Amino acid sequence: MAEIRVEKAVKTFGKVVAVDNASLTVHEHEFVVLLGPSGCGKTTLLRAIAGLGMVDSGRIMIGSRDVTYLPPKDRNISMVFQSYAIFPHMRVFDNIAFGLKMKRMPKDDIKRRVQAAAELLHIENFLDRYPSQMSGGQRQRVAVARAIAVHAEVLLMDEPLSNLDALLRLEMRAELKRLLAELKATTVYVTHDQIEALSMGDRIAVMRDGKILQFDSPTTVYDMPADRFVAGFIGTPPMNFLEGQVRRQNGAVSVYIGDYALKPIPEMVEALARYDGQPIVAGIRAENMEALSQPAEDALKVTVLVVEPLGSQNLLTIRIGSDIIKVSTHPDFRAVPDQPIWIRFPSDKIRWIDRDSGKTLIPDLGALMS
Amino acid sequence: MERKHAIFPARVGIIFLTPALLFVVVFLLYPFVRVFLLSFTNQTLLGTTAPNPEFVGLDNYQRLFDPDRWMRLGEFGSALKITAQFVVGSALIGQAGMGMLIAWAFYRKRGVLREVVFTLVILAWIIPETVVAFTWVAFLDWEFGTLNSVLDTIGVGRPDWLFDRPLQSIILFNSWRGTAFSMLLFSGALETIPPSYVETAEVVGATAWQKFRDIFFPLLRGHILTDLILITLWTFNVFTPFLLTGGGPAKRTEVVSIYTYRTAFMGRHEFGKGSSIAVVMMLINLALALIYLASIRRRRAT
Ligand SMILES: Nc1ncnc2c1ncn2[C@@H]1O[C@H](COP(=O)(O)OP(=O)(O)OP(=O)(O)O)[C@@H](O)[C@H]1O
Ligand SMILES: [Mg+2]
Repeated sequence: MAEIRVEKAVKTFGKVVAVDNASLTVHEHEFVVLLGPSGCGKTTLLRAIAGLGMVDSGRIMIGSRDVTYLPPKDRNISMVFQSYAIFPHMRVFDNIAFGLKMKRMPKDDIKRRVQAAAELLHIENFLDRYPSQMSGGQRQRVAVARAIAVHAEVLLMDEPLSNLDALLRLEMRAELKRLLAELKATTVYVTHDQIEALSMGDRIAVMRDGKILQFDSPTTVYDMPADRFVAGFIGTPPMNFLEGQVRRQNGAVSVYIGDYALKPIPEMVEALARYDGQPIVAGIRAENMEALSQPAEDALKVTVLVVEPLGSQNLLTIRIGSDIIKVSTHPDFRAVPDQPIWIRFPSDKIRWIDRDSGKTLIPDLGALMS
Repeated sequence: MERKHAIFPARVGIIFLTPALLFVVVFLLYPFVRVFLLSFTNQTLLGTTAPNPEFVGLDNYQRLFDPDRWMRLGEFGSALKITAQFVVGSALIGQAGMGMLIAWAFYRKRGVLREVVFTLVILAWIIPETVVAFTWVAFLDWEFGTLNSVLDTIGVGRPDWLFDRPLQSIILFNSWRGTAFSMLLFSGALETIPPSYVETAEVVGATAWQKFRDIFFPLLRGHILTDLILITLWTFNVFTPFLLTGGGPAKRTEVVSIYTYRTAFMGRHEFGKGSSIAVVMMLINLALALIYLASIRRRRAT
C-alpha cells in the first residue's frame, strides 16, 4: 500500500518560495508527472517527498504513515537524481548493487537483482564497465536501474531522460513507461518536457512558481487547461489565444472577434453572459480549426503570414486582428503567404478564458441536463 | 601538454632564470655537495681534526649503522625508531585522523561552531613555533600547568608529562600543532563531492561508516595519499620537539633531526658524522618525495 499524499506543503529557501502550498495525492501504482518550467519547484517538491530537505509546513504521507519528519531511508522510496549521481569509482554492477549492499542483502540475491534490473534497461553487457566508459544515455540507464533494483514501493525520478538526444529519448520514453507499468511502483516523475509528460503520465501536475495549477489526466490537461498558463505551456504549438468581446443580443450570447461572431455552445452561454460588454479570451488549439481555401458562410477570412510544411501537417501562421495564431492543416492544403484563406472555429473546441484572472470558464453542466 | 609557442627565445628565458638558478646553486646545491663530501671525513669544530680533517671513507656511515649499538638510546637506529613512532603517532594518526574527523564532522555544515573550531585549529598551525612550544611547556608543567591543575581537581593526580610520558607528550603536541593542514585539505576535498552522492546513500539508508567506506574514502583516496606523504615528510624533519623536551629525558624523544643537531652542533661538534646523518636523511626524504610525485602522476593519468 503506497499511496502518496502531500498536504499543503510549503518549502522556502530564504525569500524564495520554492513550493507554495502544494497538495497532491498519488494513488497506489499510479504514474504522476510533475511538469513545469525551469525553477518552478519540481525538484524541491520531489525532494520533499523523498525526505531530502524537510518541508517548512504541511504534511507528507506515504501509505498510511505520516513521514513528514522521517529521514529518507525510512520512507521506502527510491530516487533517480537529476544529475544521475552515478558513482565514478564503481563499476556499473556495483553502482546498481549499491542500495542492496547497504542493506546487506545476500550476495546471490544481489547478483540476481542487478542482473534483472540491468536486463530491463538493456545494460547487461556493461556491468563490468566504469561510468566514464559509457555514454550519457547509458549512464542514465544505470541510474534508473539502481533505483529500480531496490524494489521500493515509491519511485521518484527527477528528469531521468533529460540528457538524452531526441531520438534516444523517444525510445527510452516508451521503454520506461513499459518498465514502470511492470514494476507497479507508485511513481512521481519530474520533467519540464510537456510531450514526455503527456505521453507517460497517468496524471499530470502542472506547476508554476511553486504552485500546482492543475492536476488531471493528460487528455484533460491538454483539452481543458485550467488556465491560460497551462494552455500556453502544453502542446506544440501551444494553444492560440484570441481577444474577443462578449455581446448579448435578444437573449443570445455571441463573442465578436472583430466583426466575426463566435457562437458558444449552450453549456457556456450562462458563464459567458456574465461578461456581457466585456472582453474575453478565446483559446483554441491549432489542430481544432478548419482551414478552407474557399469562402464559406460561417468562416472568417484571414491572411496567411507563414507556411511551415512539417510532413504530417502544414503549420500556418495567420493574423486575426492584433493576434497571431497557428493553424495546422492537412499537408495537401495549399496555402501561400499573403493570400487569403478562410477559417472555421468549431465552437465545442473553444475554451473561454477570463482575461484578468487567466482562469478557464467552467461549462455549466446543468444546461446539458435541461 | 605540448608547447606550441614560446613567448621568448630560449636564450632570453635563460637570462630570466639565472637569478633563481644562482640561488639554488649557492644555497642548495653547494651546501649539499659540501655536506656530502664532509660525510666522508672526520671533521670536527674543535680539536686536532678541526684544522686538518682526514678522509675516513665510509667510517661515519659504518658507525651510524653499527649493529651492536645503533639501537641504543641516543644512537641513530634508536632515533629512527623514535622518529617512526613520532611520525605514525602525530602525523598519520594524530594530524590526518583528527583532520579527517573534523572535516567530516563539519561536512556541508555552516555555523558558528564550525568557524570556531576551524579558527582554533588554524591558529594552532600559524602561531610561531617558539610561542606554541612555550605555551605547551607551561600547559604540561608538573606543578603549575593547566592540564595538571584540571586533572588534579577531578582526582586523576599529577603525572609529570614531559618526564614520564615524553614521547606521548610531543606526539600530542605535534598532532595539535599540525592538524590544520590535513583538516583544510580534507574539507576542501569533501566539497568537491556532489551532494547527490551522499543523498543517494542516505536514501538507501547507508550508515555513516558505509558512506565513508564506499563513497568518501574511494573518492578522496588521492587526496588522502597526498596528505599522508606530505605530512610524513614534514614531520620526519620537524625540530620543534626539541623546544619541549630537548630530546630527553635520557634521549627518549630524540628524533633524527635532534640527533643530527646534537651530533653536529653540540658536545664534540662532529661535523663529519653529522653530515653522514644528514645524507641519510636526505635520501629518505628523496624517497618520500619520489613516492609523492609518482602518486600525483598516477592520479593525473587516471
Ligand atoms: N538549495 C537551494 N537553495 C536556495 N534556493 C533553492 C535551492 N534549491 C532550489 N532553490 C530555488 O527554488 C526554486 C525551485 O527550484 P527547483 O530546483 O525545485 O526547480 P525545478 O522546477 O526543479 O527546476 P529545473 O527544471 O530547472 O530543475 C528555484 O527558484 C531555485 O532557485
Ligand atoms: Mg529540477
